[in-house]
Amino acid sequence: MKEEIVIAGFGGQGVLSMGKILAYSGLMEDKEVTWMPSYGPEQRGGTANVTVIVSDERISSPILNMYDTAVVLNQQSLDKFEKMVKPGGVLIYDSYGINTPPTRTDIRIYRIAATEATIEINNSKAFNMIVLGAYLKVKPIVTIENVLKGLKKTLPERHWHLIPMNEEALKKGATLIKE
Amino acid sequence: MNDKVTLMKGNEALAVAAIRYGADGYFGYPITPQSEVLEKLEEEMPWETTGMVVLQAESEVAAINMVYAGASCGKTVLTSTSSPGFSLMQEGMSYMAASEVPALVINVMRGGPGLGTIHPSQADYFQAVKGGGHGDYRLITLAPASVQEMVDFVALGWDLAFKYRAVSMILADGVIGQMMEKVVLPEQRPRHTEEWIRENCPWAVNGRKGMRPKNIITSLELDDDKMEENNHRFQATYREIEKNEQRCELINTDDCDYLIVAFGSMARISHKAMELAAEEGIKVGIARPITLWPFPVDAIRKAAQGVKGILSVELSAGQMIEDIKLATECNYPVDLFCRLGGNVPAPDEILNALKEKLVNKLG
Repeated sequence: MKEEIVIAGFGGQGVLSMGKILAYSGLMEDKEVTWMPSYGPEQRGGTANVTVIVSDERISSPILNMYDTAVVLNQQSLDKFEKMVKPGGVLIYDSYGINTPPTRTDIRIYRIAATEATIEINNSKAFNMIVLGAYLKVKPIVTIENVLKGLKKTLPERHWHLIPMNEEALKKGATLIKE
Repeated sequence: MNDKVTLMKGNEALAVAAIRYGADGYFGYPITPQSEVLEKLEEEMPWETTGMVVLQAESEVAAINMVYAGASCGKTVLTSTSSPGFSLMQEGMSYMAASEVPALVINVMRGGPGLGTIHPSQADYFQAVKGGGHGDYRLITLAPASVQEMVDFVALGWDLAFKYRAVSMILADGVIGQMMEKVVLPEQRPRHTEEWIRENCPWAVNGRKGMRPKNIITSLELDDDKMEENNHRFQATYREIEKNEQRCELINTDDCDYLIVAFGSMARISHKAMELAAEEGIKVGIARPITLWPFPVDAIRKAAQGVKGILSVELSAGQMIEDIKLATECNYPVDLFCRLGGNVPAPDEILNALKEKLVNKLG
């Protein structure tokens, strides 16, 4: 198994931490993982992206030009990464603020209303966990149980009470995927 | 899964590895893309556990001289910086080499020259392996290509530094510093005791207690004959290091038509390019120098045997390529693919360059 993913959006949407949680979940399943962020001023509000690779075998490049899956959360990222999905790959995008939807027909495209979902569950901070839940519904590369374990590892103990809320957000995300 | 296995940024891994090795002191000044080294050390607070000193100096010049002082006392000390900071340290590097003190210096390179960018580069290759400061000296230069090697080379760097009374350097780049990977951390080692230092570093200035003649650590020797003698001794050590410490990873080099030579992050990306090339039926092997100095001449020569051409893949305008040509005595066509100024190539760019510069020309 090898999954090469890019997650891209605005700085502040939780792109990097979503990638980190995914990487930790892979670690919990004893897989090889690489997490490669874009770093620099984009962390402070511009566009941010992160490459996450989860694999059973040694990982070669942390920098990629084609991905199995792209998870994109704004128009700029969609414009940039739609063409970088491998034929037969997956593109998941949040519909909020998208004026020019993707057009490719050789990949599986999932449009999710993640921003609206944060309003439904009344928790804007859970946005990235909703998106992660949607992603894992399409590509169950790690179990939800291990995501929660990974979360426990990344969060300081004083925030562990937030884990059930994150679990709820993951489940909400899964419901956004319609075949 | 045991608790020694974790996920960490390359920079954080350097910090944790230094504590676990039993370091006595870290002296540094923050600069992107390696500021997490100092940040992680502050977070771990080793002064409360192992007694390791962690000090943010007022500048890189101060930091390197603190390292010089600590090393002169036989202590296990390090600093870390990025390219512009490393330039500021060159006087100290030269002095430490001339004083034959063991130390570890880490440079997580960024794009230059000048203040340049904060993004990855390998353009300090010459500065590291040819001597960035004045005089005839060399640095044992290790080039990690994974977060695990960031951990492992801290120990290796210090082991070699103490073995040869030389300065070891870890030459990483922004990719390796910023990415997170799975790492296996070593056990915590105790710091060296005063007894250990007295036994293993008889040259150290740590108080003679009436037991031995006075030790002096200095790089100054105004008697030319003595200074020449010193230089011959340094060179003899360097020849010894060249003989014993060349390290290189060879991937698929037994049966390849083209050889890519690349280190650090570029070796990782080239590895993917090799996989893409294989899908098109192009047989590529990779030689990844792990020691940049001593340059792994023997391994490169062996890997090059029978290839049609060699591509040096670098984040510099062509620095390591000179050592590849020297190692292979210009017996093979050698070309360069590079990105500059903080830009990093994707695997397909490397494959396209390989085809354009070698495959299409040489068949």
